[in-house]
Amino acid sequence: MIKIKVKDREGELHELEGPTDMSLNLMELFKAHELPVEGTCGGMALCASCQCYVLSDHPLDGRTDAEEDMLAEAFHVKENSRLGCQIHLIDELDGLEIELAPDESLN
Amino acid sequence: MIQTDVLIIGAGPVGLFTVFEAGLLNLRCHLIDSLPYPGGQCAEIYPKKPIFDIPAYPEILAGDLVENLLEQIEPFQPSYTLGERAQTLKKDEEGFFTITTHEGTKHRSRVVIIAGGLGSFEPRKPPIPELPQFEDRGVDYFVRDPEKYRGKKVVISGGGDSALDWTIHLADIARELTLIHRRNEFRGALDSVSKVRDLAEIGRIQLITPAEVIGLNGATSLNELKIKTETSGLKLEADYFIPLFGLLPKLGPIGDWGLEIEKNAIKVNNALDYSTNIQGIYAVGDVNTYPGKLKLILSGFHEATLALQSAYEVINPGKKHVMKYTTVNGITGFDGSKKEAKKVEPVAI
Repeated sequence: MIKIKVKDREGELHELEGPTDMSLNLMELFKAHELPVEGTCGGMALCASCQCYVLSDHPLDGRTDAEEDMLAEAFHVKENSRLGCQIHLIDELDGLEIELAPDESLN
Repeated sequence: MIQTDVLIIGAGPVGLFTVFEAGLLNLRCHLIDSLPYPGGQCAEIYPKKPIFDIPAYPEILAGDLVENLLEQIEPFQPSYTLGERAQTLKKDEEGFFTITTHEGTKHRSRVVIIAGGLGSFEPRKPPIPELPQFEDRGVDYFVRDPEKYRGKKVVISGGGDSALDWTIHLADIARELTLIHRRNEFRGALDSVSKVRDLAEIGRIQLITPAEVIGLNGATSLNELKIKTETSGLKLEADYFIPLFGLLPKLGPIGDWGLEIEKNAIKVNNALDYSTNIQGIYAVGDVNTYPGKLKLILSGFHEATLALQSAYEVINPGKKHVMKYTTVNGITGFDGSKKEAKKVEPVAI
């Protein structure tokens, strides 16, 4: 189990616990805790509804081409933008701090 | 007025399979979808992605799954209203539903099956505060008639295939054409990318990257864009601004039909028949919710099958349908086609 801190779109902080042995990704963890993340494409890096900003300096794997492509089309993208569905929960991510990007369906 | 036995909202995989199950019960179907082609998310979002959890297919591309479903339902001759979003629903005294699309096409049926997935696909809109006030006054999310832009100053933004394709197409039509993209790289097809770069090189179009449109100006209609580049800001005269960032599904008008909604999905009776709180309306696939719901294509197929058994009794009151296996009876299409097992002469051992 690792702990992840998430700031939602209203600025409220949540501390989520997630298992590292179920090949779960951040998007799935958000949904499991009923945070308002749609996960429209089911985790294929094709919709950006799980976009988030990484606030802590944990050693994340780099973005894949698919993730780069989607972020090139998404809105509200910053240097530290990631797609939650592309970040797998592993022990090294204990204490990760994340902020949800704005809901682009509200643009 | 289009009349049918079963109106299906949503022509994704589950909506398409609903036609098959209805056909087995001798019920005719008409499908409505906001996309201009059948397939739903499988066609729009991930046609080239493999799916691994369709029974009996170790691996199948989403686009091929749609092709197969279309072939499977062909004997049951479904009809379609495509490129139109189901907008309003009315129930009359006879118990029939009338569904009108945003284009005004009317449909009437005794049973409605909502297989709307995550909703109807709508353009993804960039976060520009003035965008809503210039919609249809210079801001277009689709190119419907390229001639509209003849002799005009046009700005396209986006970096995918549709932005590139329309840039190439409109380069010869517009008086001035500018393509703006947030990154220096484009993610569209390679030969489109090189065509766009060639057009920029010979001065036919203007390419501004990396940059973003951040504001719009104009008295009654659009005449100027505010653009932010890495180092500064600039203003650009424009008659039309066409942001092309793909599509995003939204539940949309279905949410206003008096159906019980929970977590952006339609609540159904999963113990029985996936019926909604309105008699005669069922919801199947990703659009519905119930305890333990899984948004899987395979679950949608099952839900549609049970919903149709119940719908049969709504359409044929007092009659009970007896389920027969297709291996026993084969399939008789509405087009007169018949599919059944070949008769094999018994062989003496």
